[in-house]
Amino acid sequence: MKFTLIDYGAGNMASLERALRRLGAESERVSRPEQILSARALLLPGVGHYAALIRALDGRDLRSALLDAIRRGVPLLGICLGLQVLFQSSEEAPELGGLGLLRGAVRALPACAKLPHMGWNQICVERESRLLAGIAPGTHFYFAHSYAALAVPACPEMTAQCVYAAPFIAAVELGNLFGVQFHPEKSGAAGERVLRNYMELAA
Amino acid sequence: MTLARRIIPCLDTDGERVVKGVNFTRLRDAGDPAELAARYNAEGADELVVLDIAASRDRRPTFVETIRRTAAELSIPLTAGGGIRNLADACAVIDAGADKVTVNTAAVLRPQILAELAGEFGSQAVVLAIDAKSTGSDWQVMTRGGRDATGLNALDWAQRAVQLGAGEILLTSVDRDGTQSGFDVPLTAAISRAVHVPVIASGGAKLPAHFAEIFDQGLADAALAASIFHDGVQSLRGLKQYLSERGIPVRWPC
Repeated sequence: MKFTLIDYGAGNMASLERALRRLGAESERVSRPEQILSARALLLPGVGHYAALIRALDGRDLRSALLDAIRRGVPLLGICLGLQVLFQSSEEAPELGGLGLLRGAVRALPACAKLPHMGWNQICVERESRLLAGIAPGTHFYFAHSYAALAVPACPEMTAQCVYAAPFIAAVELGNLFGVQFHPEKSGAAGERVLRNYMELAA
Repeated sequence: MTLARRIIPCLDTDGERVVKGVNFTRLRDAGDPAELAARYNAEGADELVVLDIAASRDRRPTFVETIRRTAAELSIPLTAGGGIRNLADACAVIDAGADKVTVNTAAVLRPQILAELAGEFGSQAVVLAIDAKSTGSDWQVMTRGGRDATGLNALDWAQRAVQLGAGEILLTSVDRDGTQSGFDVPLTAAISRAVHVPVIASGGAKLPAHFAEIFDQGLADAALAASIFHDGVQSLRGLKQYLSERGIPVRWPC
């Protein structure tokens, strides 16, 4: 199994690559649209600023290649910021449109709690999910973010939620499209299980 | 659903080997960083911090290689620091597999480095380390491993650093460090109340009760310790079980 990692020139991709290697999967970093055309399974990691990711995708002409791959049924897993760009927009950069694959907007987490939301928090699995198969209720995952897709109003694609200052979407699933707000590559054994589930469903 | 309080083992290295000291001095060898990292990863550490306390320029590549070897053993977040002076130093350890960088002296000398790091990697990757020493009435920021007084008030500095882009504060009590007499509760609570980002308490840990106290009364979001874990004085599992039984939210079992 070979994963295609969208490399937009920011953040720590090495931990994700190492986690995949531990599972026996290969991965390659790509940054050109033609490389996405031949992908079998996509991963969109992301840390940092929403605008940086959107500008990098558009600057490298990757948006239409990604949308095309998803239309053709190629699985995609967005991680953290990679989940957020699946929605229509984000408060972090309102002038830039997201990929619009999921309805709704990403919002700043309410400032009644310390931000970033950083550390291990429990998720609540809301419905059956291939990506979260075998994950026990209340399992901890590692989060590091200040923006999130809030769980209200209800998002039909949400498979798990987390609460920090407000209920927000921890995981989504829509056909071949998957996203997690936490970092499976930094979430110990539970994170490895999620990546293994993705590997198996993408195989 | 509650955000867990984090337990963070710290590896103080001379760039290559784990060393440890008492009150920032008297170093002795305590093992290989990658081996210790693998052990703590398996035993339930929530995160790992690796510092280059020698921070000599010519040994910089050695430290970056240490980070690479350490990161390879981890499925939890890794913070690297010690001697980070500019964006290029930070890029080197992030590329080697660190998720966050911590800066101390460099930020005191040139606070703008915090904004530069946050602009490049995001605030969640920028940890400001503060070594604070009591003046009797408040706390002063120290540099060079607790030796030099800066004249900066620790609360003011923490607030300014967060405005500039620090996403987390690693707060070491110079008075408590190496004493094993417990974390500095008043200092940690004061900083935690003064800023709106997570605070990692450091310096003085020995007993499980010290950790319970720093979470309950010190308002710490995470607690860091080094030698008690290296020496086996305290196991991560035992500590987390203790905290969990007292109703403190931790990642347990993990």
